[in-house]
Amino acid sequence: MKTVKSQFKFKGGVHPDYNKELAREQPIERLLVPAELVISMSQHLGAPAKCLVKPGDFVRRGQVVGEKNGFISVCVRASADGKVKAVEKRLGPAGGKADAIILDTTEKPEGEAPAVADGPVLPPLDWKTASREELLKRVEEAGICGMGGAGFPTNVKLNPPPGKRCEYLILNGAECEPYLTADYRLMLERAPRIRLGVEIMRKILGGPAVRIAIEANKPEAIKAMEAAFADIDGNVEIVVLPVLYPQGSEKHQIFATVGRVVPEPPALPIDVGCVVENVGTVAAIADAVELGEPLLDRVTTVSGGAVATPKNILAPCGTKYSDLIAFCGGEKEPVAKLISGGTMMGFAVSTAEIATTKTTSGLLLLPRSKVSQYSSQPCINCGRCVRACPMNLNAAEIAKAVESNDIKAAEDAHVMTCIECGACSFSCPAYRPITQFCRRAKNSIRARIAAEKAKAAAAANK
Amino acid sequence: MKPKETAEHYILSSSPHAHSNSSVSRIMLDVILALLPTTAVGVWFFGMPAVWTIATCVSTCIVTEALCRLAMKRENTIGDLSAIVTGLLLALNLPAGIPLWMAVVGSVFAIGVSKQVFGGLGMNPFNPALAARAFMLISFTGPMTTWLKPLWWKTPDAVTTATPLAAMKGMFAADATAHATPHAAQNALEQIPSLCNLLTGNMPGCIGEVSAIALAIGAAYLLWRKVITWHIPVAFIATVAVYSLIAGGAPAYAQVLTGGVMIGACFMATDYVTSPTTSKGKLIFGFGCGLLCMLIRQFGSYPEGCSFAILIMNAVAPLINRWTQPKPFGAK
Amino acid sequence: MTIAIVCIAGVGLVAAIVLAIADKYLSVKEDPRIGMVTAALPGANCGGCGFPGCDGYARALVAGTAPNGACAAGGDACAAEIAKILGVEAAATEKRVALVKCCGTRSEAIRVGDYNGICDCNVAAATAGGDKGCTYGCLGYGACANVCPKNAISIHDGLAKVDKRLCIGCGKCVAICPKRLIELVPASATIHVLCNNPDKGPSVRKVCGVGCMGCHLCEKNSGGKEAGHFTFQGFLAKVNYANPPADAQIVAKCPAKCMVEDAHFESGN
Repeated sequence: MKTVKSQFKFKGGVHPDYNKELAREQPIERLLVPAELVISMSQHLGAPAKCLVKPGDFVRRGQVVGEKNGFISVCVRASADGKVKAVEKRLGPAGGKADAIILDTTEKPEGEAPAVADGPVLPPLDWKTASREELLKRVEEAGICGMGGAGFPTNVKLNPPPGKRCEYLILNGAECEPYLTADYRLMLERAPRIRLGVEIMRKILGGPAVRIAIEANKPEAIKAMEAAFADIDGNVEIVVLPVLYPQGSEKHQIFATVGRVVPEPPALPIDVGCVVENVGTVAAIADAVELGEPLLDRVTTVSGGAVATPKNILAPCGTKYSDLIAFCGGEKEPVAKLISGGTMMGFAVSTAEIATTKTTSGLLLLPRSKVSQYSSQPCINCGRCVRACPMNLNAAEIAKAVESNDIKAAEDAHVMTCIECGACSFSCPAYRPITQFCRRAKNSIRARIAAEKAKAAAAANK
Repeated sequence: MKPKETAEHYILSSSPHAHSNSSVSRIMLDVILALLPTTAVGVWFFGMPAVWTIATCVSTCIVTEALCRLAMKRENTIGDLSAIVTGLLLALNLPAGIPLWMAVVGSVFAIGVSKQVFGGLGMNPFNPALAARAFMLISFTGPMTTWLKPLWWKTPDAVTTATPLAAMKGMFAADATAHATPHAAQNALEQIPSLCNLLTGNMPGCIGEVSAIALAIGAAYLLWRKVITWHIPVAFIATVAVYSLIAGGAPAYAQVLTGGVMIGACFMATDYVTSPTTSKGKLIFGFGCGLLCMLIRQFGSYPEGCSFAILIMNAVAPLINRWTQPKPFGAK
Repeated sequence: MTIAIVCIAGVGLVAAIVLAIADKYLSVKEDPRIGMVTAALPGANCGGCGFPGCDGYARALVAGTAPNGACAAGGDACAAEIAKILGVEAAATEKRVALVKCCGTRSEAIRVGDYNGICDCNVAAATAGGDKGCTYGCLGYGACANVCPKNAISIHDGLAKVDKRLCIGCGKCVAICPKRLIELVPASATIHVLCNNPDKGPSVRKVCGVGCMGCHLCEKNSGGKEAGHFTFQGFLAKVNYANPPADAQIVAKCPAKCMVEDAHFESGN
C-alpha cells in the first residue's frame, strides 16, 4: 500500500467555494426514527421497485416493502418498524413523482415483539468462505445502490458482462461537491469498514487493483485511510487528487487515478476495465455482508448558511427533510433555497416534506445571500464555459442552439457527452442557465430516441 | 374559496446552485479600469480636446444605448457597462482634435447601427467601436487623419503633424531602392520616433493608441484578472513583428509600437463577442489580424490597417469557431 | 451604350436558350396529382398529419400510403376535394381544436416555489416538479405556444389559452405539454371541464381554488350516469365529446367553477 499523487490532470474544471468547514468537524450523529417516514419506491437509478404493502399493513425494520422490478433496479426495505398509513405518489427530490409508503413509526407491529429491535435483518456472512455468487446476491438483497448520487444498482456494477474484466476498483472519496462532508466523516470514522468493503468487492470482482481517490484538501481522511489500509496486501494505492471540481465525476476520476479515458456514451467505465464506487457504498457492502444489515440508513450532511447547527446525520432512508432540519436546531435565518445534494449537482426542492433516499448525500439550506439567480442575458461569447467544461464541450454553442430550438445542432456538438456537472453555468458571467439548456437538449434527444425505438418496435410487431 | 399560499417560496432552479460571481458588468468594469492608464496618458499628451472627445463618445454611447433599448421595448442594458466600454474605446481610437459632432455621429453609429440593430451585446458581428471608427475614417477622412502633436499645448507653434506610419509606409517601397537613394531611407527612418518616445507615447496618433507602456499595463491587468487570455495579443503582435522582419522596411519594434497594433491586439481584437472562443481559434484569429494589418500597411492605400484587419477577422470569426470546435473528452 | 445593351441582351439570350434546353431534357416527371393535392391542402405545413409539410403528405396520399382525412387543418372540405382528385372515398373528419384543460390562473392556483431558469414548461417541470402547487396543472411557460405553427396559443395570467379561430388542430401542443393537459376536442363542443387533476377534492382544494373535486354534480344535472355525458378518471370529470352535454345550465351549477361554456380565448387580432 502506498500513497501517490495523481499523475493525470483533466482539462477544465472550476474552483467553487467549498464551505466544508461548516460541517467538517461534526461527528456523525444518529437520528432516532422519526414519527413518520416516506419510503419511496424510486430511490435508485432505473425502474422503480414494485410496492408490496398496502395501507394498514404492519411492517418490520428491514422487511422488503418494494420488490426489485427489472434488471436495473433494486429492492426497497422498510427503514423502521411501523404501520403503513398510505401508499401514494409523492414528489421525489429530483422532481419526479413515484409511489411512496407513508409509514407511521409510532404504531409498532402487533404480535410477538421482535427479540432485538435493531438486530440483524439478514444472516451475517463470512466473506472469506462465501462464494462470489453469494456475496453478489447479498449486495442485491441488501438493496444497495451507488450512494454518491446517481444510485446505480451496485450488484449490476459488480457483475461485469461476460468478456469484460475489472482491472481497477476505484474508491471515490473525492467528495468534490461544496458543503458536503458525509463521505469525509465516513472515511474518518469508519475507515476499517471501508477496508472490509474493499476486500469483499475485490473478491467479487476477481481481484482487481484498488485505487482510493481522495482530494488533497482532506489530509485527515487520507491519514485515516492510510492507517486502515496499511497492512492490506495486493495492489492498493491511495491517489491524492488535486482540488478541482468535478474530481468526483466517474470519468474524470478514472482519468486522474489510472490515466484511462472512457469513450463517449454509451461506453461505460467497465469498457476500460474500471469500476468506481463511492466510499459510502463500500461501507454499506461491508455492513450487508458482515453484519447482515441492509442499506436502511445513510449519512447525510445538513449544512448551508441558514441552518442553526450544521451536522452529519445518520438517518433512516425516508426521513423527511423537515425532521433533519429540526434535528439541526432549525433555521438560523430565512431559507431562500433548499437543495437536496450539493450545490453543483443537487436538486432544488419546493418543500421540506420531501424525504431522503439512499442517494441523499446532503441537504443544504441556503440564505438569500448565497443564492445566485439565472438571467436571460445573451451570451457574450467569453469562452469561460468552454474553458471550464471538463468534457471539453463547446457549452456556449450548445446553449445558443438549444435557445433557438435547434436540438440537432446541440446533438452535433456532442451534448449527449455532457455530464451536467454545472461548471459552465458556474462560470458564466451572463448568468445563463447553460447546464439547464444541455439538460433540455438531452431530454428531447432521449425522448426522440425512445419514440423512434417505440415506432420501430411497433413496425416490427406488424 | 381560494387556497392559502405561503408568503415565502423557495427558489427553484436547475443545478448548479453556486456561481463564480463573475459578471458581465464586472468584466466591463475591468476593461474600463485597464483602459485608464492609456486614457490618462492620452489626456496628458493631447490635452482638453482629448477630454472632450472621450466625454462626448462615452455619454453619447450611453444615451444611444438607452434610447435604442427603449425603442426596441427591451430591458435597459446600460448597467452592463458595455456601452461605456464601447464609447471609451471609440474615443481612444479617434484623433484628439476631431470635431465633437463627428464623435457624436460615430458613437451613435457604434451603438445604434453596429450593436443594437443586431440585438445588443452578444449579437453584434463586428466590434462596435471599430466599425464606427472605420465608418468615420471613410466619412470624415480629413479630420480623422489630422493629428495633434503630443504636448502641443506646451508648444503652441505647430499644432498638427503626420503620424510616423505614413513615413513607414514609404519605407517598404524605399527598401527596394535603398541603395539608389540612401537619403530617402535615412529621411524616413529619422521620422520614426525614438524607442523611448514609442514606449511612452510621445508621438502623434489616436488618443489611446500612442503609449505602449500604458497599454501593456492595462493588458497585464486584464490577463491577471483572467478577462482575456494571452492567445490573441501574442499571436497578433508576433505576426506583425515577424512580418516586418521578413518584409523589411521600418524596424519591427516600430511596426508594433506605432498605430493601433497595441490597443488593437490587447483591447479590440480580444473583444469576446467578435472573436473565437477556443484557444486554437484565438491563435488563428490573432495571426489573421496581424497578417492583414501588415498587408494593408504595406500594400493598402491607408497607412494604418489595424482596424480593417480586425474587422475583416471579426467577419471570419464564426468560421474559425466552426473549424476549431473542441474535441470532447473521450471522443475518438 | 449600344455595346452595353447588346452585351446584356446577348447574355440574356444565351442564358434563356440554355434554360430552355435544360427544361426540355432535365425536367423531372412528376405525378401531376401531387401538385393538385398540394394545392388542395391548406399549405400551413404544420406537420400535424405526421408528414414533413403539406407536400410530404400530398406525395404520401398519391402514393396511397397515407389515409385521406389526416389533415386536421383542412377538415372535411379539404378531404372531400382530395377524394375528388384521387378518386377515393373521404373519411369523415370533424374540425378539432386544442383545449387547455386547466383554469388555475396565478390568482386561483398556488405556486410553491419561485422558478428561475429557462422559460419552457418541460424543463420547469423537471425542476422540483414545477413551481405550481397542482402538479397536474398548466405551468404557463409556453412550450405549447412556442410550437404552435399558427400562433394560436398565448399565455394569460400564467395559463395557456387557445384561439379557436386560429387553431388548426395539428396536435403539436398536445405532444409537447409535459403535463399532458391539452386535448383536441370537436370545435363544435361548447361545454368543457377545465381541470386535469384526478386527486381527491380536499387535496385539489389545497392547491387550487378552481379544481374539479369529482362531486359528480355535472353528471347528475345532465341526466345522470345513463345519459353518459361525462366520464370520470379518479376524482376528475371529463366531458364525453362523443356525446356532449347540451344544457348550458350545468355550467353555473358546478361548485368547483372549473366548468365553462366555450373555453376558447379570442386574441384581439
